Amino acid sequence: MKTRRKFVIGSGIIVLTLVSLAYVGFTQSKTYYHTIAEVATLHGAALQQRMRVSGSVRAGTIQHRPARLDFVLEETGNSMPVSYVGSAPLPDTFKDGALALVEGRLLPDGHFEAEQVQAKCASKYEAEATGSAPK
Amino acid sequence: MDIAGSFALLLAFSVAVYAFLAGITGIITRRTLLTKSAQNAGMAVFLLVTFTVGALEYFFFTDNFSLAYVAEHSNRALPGVYKFTALWAGQEGSLLWWSWLLSAYAFLVLFLNRKKHPELMPYVGVVIAGVQIFFLTLNNFVANAFRVLGAPDANGVMRVAQLADGHGLTPLLQYPEMVIHPPMLYLGYTGFTIPFAFALAALLGRYPGEKWIHITRRWTMVAWCFQTVGILLGAHWAYAMLGWGGYWEWDPVENASLLPWITGTAFLHSVMMQEKRGMMKIWNVWLVFTTFMLCILGTLLTRSGAVNSVHAFAQSSIGTWFIAFLAIVLVVCVLAYWKNRDYLHSDNELDSLVSRESSFLFNNLILLAACFAVLWGTLFPVLSEWVVGSKISVGAPFFDKVNVPIAMFLLFLTGVGPLLAWRKTSTDALKRNFMWPSIGGLLAGVVAFAFGDRQFYPLICLILSVFVTLTIFSEFYRGARVIAARENVNLLTAVGELTMRNTRRYGGYVIHFGMVMIFIGIAGSAFNKDVQQEMRVGQSMSIGQYMILCQNFDSLANDNFQSQRATLEVFKGRKSLMMLYPERRFFPASGETETMVAIRTEPLRDLYVVYAGQDPQDGNPVIHAFLNPLVKWIWFGGIVVVLGTGLAMLPNRRTAIVLAGAHEKSWDDAVPAGTPAREISAVTRGANAND
Repeated sequence: MKTRRKFVIGSGIIVLTLVSLAYVGFTQSKTYYHTIAEVATLHGAALQQRMRVSGSVRAGTIQHRPARLDFVLEETGNSMPVSYVGSAPLPDTFKDGALALVEGRLLPDGHFEAEQVQAKCASKYEAEATGSAPK
Repeated sequence: MDIAGSFALLLAFSVAVYAFLAGITGIITRRTLLTKSAQNAGMAVFLLVTFTVGALEYFFFTDNFSLAYVAEHSNRALPGVYKFTALWAGQEGSLLWWSWLLSAYAFLVLFLNRKKHPELMPYVGVVIAGVQIFFLTLNNFVANAFRVLGAPDANGVMRVAQLADGHGLTPLLQYPEMVIHPPMLYLGYTGFTIPFAFALAALLGRYPGEKWIHITRRWTMVAWCFQTVGILLGAHWAYAMLGWGGYWEWDPVENASLLPWITGTAFLHSVMMQEKRGMMKIWNVWLVFTTFMLCILGTLLTRSGAVNSVHAFAQSSIGTWFIAFLAIVLVVCVLAYWKNRDYLHSDNELDSLVSRESSFLFNNLILLAACFAVLWGTLFPVLSEWVVGSKISVGAPFFDKVNVPIAMFLLFLTGVGPLLAWRKTSTDALKRNFMWPSIGGLLAGVVAFAFGDRQFYPLICLILSVFVTLTIFSEFYRGARVIAARENVNLLTAVGELTMRNTRRYGGYVIHFGMVMIFIGIAGSAFNKDVQQEMRVGQSMSIGQYMILCQNFDSLANDNFQSQRATLEVFKGRKSLMMLYPERRFFPASGETETMVAIRTEPLRDLYVVYAGQDPQDGNPVIHAFLNPLVKWIWFGGIVVVLGTGLAMLPNRRTAIVLAGAHEKSWDDAVPAGTPAREISAVTRGANAND
């Protein structure tokens, strides 16, 4: 039974190490999903969180500036100015009216600084999901 | 044709139901004829689903856009090969494809074993039919690929309508790898149904002996191999297609494909404990069950839109069906286990911490930890929404932090485990087996450190990789030397002979070597570089030792797409190496744009160039170049893994004589009576560790 105990202790050490690593990784990368309306109501520590916000790109607001790209994200009447500062080229699907998911932090002036932007065209699968014939 | 296809699909469903019910009745009443009939029905499902798939393909190839599915995923100008692959481009078709592959596996299993294992096969047939019923239910009643488009005519009566042209296939899928990546991955996913069926069948039927575990192991290897290929092809597709310079980003759907792969890997290792030592029986059965359930979960994640992913299909209600099916599977597994748990008692106990057994135990522990971490991270948005009400996701840092150390530990075990003896390894044997590989590994580490590799994990990975490689090579060398001396052949012939005598063991080593290459390739990503720059004709940029000179910009067009293209000349020093043509394609049918990455690949690094777009102010093209070291090792390692798996599946040329090393205690059946002493000492020391 001594062997068994050794094995259990060894496993315990491994598992604890992994759990602590997981915890560190988790705190570094946890990201909250918020709607634009929710972002406006955040306060205190919640403002410092890394977050993901989705919405659609308001037509005509995409502006290229040196080292960044500005646009306005909107959803059901609420809107939020976004500055994309990442280096990766934006996906081809990113254009006026596209659905976009931005990830980053909220700056004190209310601007959202996005490090990542994902975008998709209004999905072709959606037409099917609503039961109507494809456009 | 649409009616014929629909009808065949419905018939396949009915036949599967018959195979299920008749199979159960046959088992209960012990009527052989009924069992036989159920198995024939199981094989007939394959023919019917094949016909259905053929019918759907017929619509794709005849450009019949009266079917909603065809109209959604094809268009007239689409090249033929993509018309074929458009079959699995959407929800309905890919589920049908699932069913077809499953029915093909089922056919193969039932046909190959039609005269064997009369006690086991009836149960296997029933389990497979049960899974088929689920998927055929989806195909028929939830996501039917044969839905026709309707439009009201002048009198307001709905009539079948036909579009002039389809909406086209998503450009992301118009890439050679998309022709084989989904089938491979699906062959993996569906393939795990077979080991599941055998394990559950053996448990339900209380099948005597360990025969079923051999069969299960074999089928698991088939599925595992396809899953490996599928995952790597997916990674390669992402690398070559998505244009962000990487191949893996812990996307939920990538994770979903990794989960059953991890548990499958764990099973392939721990199953040896059962074969050789009669241990871990409960664990193994549950590993097989879990692997199957993770496959279903993976399909669920892809389909339901429960998690955010580039791969996800529409948000749809289909998830409920999968959850219900998962619940049923879980209940069946728990009941089967509970009722027959005495069937799975262990024959042996763990003897020593430094033994083959314990290395397998650690291997399993660590693989399961990886599986759990990946599952947890993937489902966290869903879980957190349930528990605390806000959706929280975790990103790459979480997955990397946990999985990189796990991977390093696994790499360590890869080198150590196979050379440890069963039960207990002596200090002497440890020194003999591991001294030189350890020295070699550390030496490589010192050299790399001196040349400026100061990053912790890549350095560890290098040391371990060299260590593992040396252990593998020394195993081949020592075994081959003995054969070469005894049979008077050269060393290379002896290596071949050695491998063919114990394909499982040496095939396993080849797989391990392939994994080492993959690990080295992944570790290379720690040294990635990238530069993004606006370029006019005649301008250049430099990255690493390369210089990229812009020669030209032009546009091309054909029926399927229009593209903008850069012509770039790559120099290394002053020498011109080659031209690269990164492109950006626009597909009118679907209205989407796609990046065509240009890659110059060398054994030590990839130069990866993306036409990132045009500068909005002056219209000049923007080029994004990446320098990714060692990526090629991943793909090449994948090929080695496949070869190794193939090798391990071959039958042994002749029964390997199981010998015990002279220095270690043997266990009762290890040495055949009358084996000459010379042979015992002559054959590799690891021979008593004969897998």
